[in-house]
Amino acid sequence: MRYLLRRSLHAVFLLLGVSLLTFLFSALAPGNYFDEMRLNPQISPETVAALRAQYQLDRPLPVRYAHWLNAVAHGQMGFSFAYNSPVAPLLWARARNTLLLTVTATLLAWLLALPLGVWSAARFGRAPDRVVSWTTATLLVIPDLVLALGLLIIAVRTGWFPTGGLTSVGFDELSPLNKLRDLAWHMTLPVIALILAALPTLVRHVRASVAEVLEAPFLRAALGHGLPHSKLLYGYALRAAANPLISLFGFSVGTLLSGSLLVEVVMSWPGLGPFLLEAILARDLYVVVGGVLLSMIFLVAGNLFADVLLYWADPRIRTAASAK
Amino acid sequence: MQPLLRVENLVKHYVAGRSAGSRDKLVALDGVSLSIAPQSTLALIGESGSGKSTLALCIACLEHPTSGSIWFEGIDVAALHENQQRKFRPQIQLVFQDPARSLNPRWTALEIASEPFIVRQDTSKQERENKALELLDCVAIPRRLAIQRADELSGGQKQRLAIARALALEPKLVILDEALSALDCSVQAQISNLLLELQSSFGLTYLFITHDFAMAAHLADQIAVMDRGRIVESGPAENILRSPSHEATRSLLAATLPFTATPSIRLEL
Repeated sequence: MRYLLRRSLHAVFLLLGVSLLTFLFSALAPGNYFDEMRLNPQISPETVAALRAQYQLDRPLPVRYAHWLNAVAHGQMGFSFAYNSPVAPLLWARARNTLLLTVTATLLAWLLALPLGVWSAARFGRAPDRVVSWTTATLLVIPDLVLALGLLIIAVRTGWFPTGGLTSVGFDELSPLNKLRDLAWHMTLPVIALILAALPTLVRHVRASVAEVLEAPFLRAALGHGLPHSKLLYGYALRAAANPLISLFGFSVGTLLSGSLLVEVVMSWPGLGPFLLEAILARDLYVVVGGVLLSMIFLVAGNLFADVLLYWADPRIRTAASAK
Repeated sequence: MQPLLRVENLVKHYVAGRSAGSRDKLVALDGVSLSIAPQSTLALIGESGSGKSTLALCIACLEHPTSGSIWFEGIDVAALHENQQRKFRPQIQLVFQDPARSLNPRWTALEIASEPFIVRQDTSKQERENKALELLDCVAIPRRLAIQRADELSGGQKQRLAIARALALEPKLVILDEALSALDCSVQAQISNLLLELQSSFGLTYLFITHDFAMAAHLADQIAVMDRGRIVESGPAENILRSPSHEATRSLLAATLPFTATPSIRLEL
């Protein structure tokens, strides 16, 4: 238990550090949201100054950081200049769309990667394994951008899939079942793009970890006791190979918010990606800082989740942790 | 007497190199024949890379030989289907060289010793644990160590545990694949004496794989010397030790000089 407590404490300090750095870099970047107004001759310098004062941009940096931190502690994340509304609800609406996409894609990717990696490892070095190796290597060198664009071209040419967006026009009038179908139809392409981007890495990791433990004499011994091969692979070998995979899974969970930015932008999915890109270009400071903080919370939480899983899965870690 | 195990002209090739183009063969076993009488010990001696371990895996049905036959109690086990082989495997058990890697580091000694029974699925948890505790008694592991995890045991204890696990399913043949090589001298002596005791009380047959003539002389009735995938010399242990005829045998004997050397060999050096 103390192990988990210490890990959580680390996480909190890490998040504090990250928030400070993000705030610092965003605030120190040249220019701010009101600079463009200043170039507009129809807006008087007094108005701009008043706006700057209203949003407290004229206060010193430490004061602004403290204010912002206080707001975060109260579940808010500052105020968006561009939307003229609190950041938290704005971010949440976008994050929900992103999570819909990434949770589906991550689950599917892992469900595919585990059996494929084990299957490949059981045939290590033979023809089926080489096919898997070559395919994943090829997918790995294709940039995500090209993958997404390629899928988009297919959508445009065939008309089988929508080329963007979350729902069709007239979504609100559909029956619940048709709503679900419409959503799934819109999700298909971005989910495929995300799976194709994630799958090669996952398959290669599963394959390598399992192939390594398959050499272990204790698995040979279990096979020698008359254990069926399938049980050896999925029961014994996969469990023995689990530690690096659990860490990788934690990383997958950690990138749920940040991993799909590119695909979202290309496929115009109304998630966090396009939203943050817009905010960065407009220098909408609190939206940027809030978005980065939210992604970081996920990354840290994902790693913490992996630690908990490891602690639960490996008795050696439990003893080592309680011995300290 | 009818031999328990008779290996005939066993050949095993590995395809070397993983790239698609290369078709180089690695000949691990090049026509090996040997036989072991029930309740005796055959020591298989050879340098590393001479094919000893490959032979062990083939006999234990964990590798498929390229050609040749393995007769065990009148059945050619090399010709069995995968499913039949799985049912046959418990009759021949292996003890590996590296005790640290041959035991699942996440499990306790008790879990490891009861694992073979889990595979059988015909016993309750309580029965399995009782049997496992009896096994630990057999190999003289104190019962208080039963709840220790494998990676917390000493090298000698680990190897005793590996032996206990190998005995769980009452095998007829136990293959000791360099089972003593990773242990220090005093532990080696303890374990080899334990092996002799177990042999007489359970009527076991050993295939003892080693590169150490001194240990072979201590444990074995028969000795076979292997070199580059072939048996180059075999016969009763004393004969081989007294008058080695093959070059490979002599160089292996020379490597264990302090224990077994005869004056004639010393002169050659």
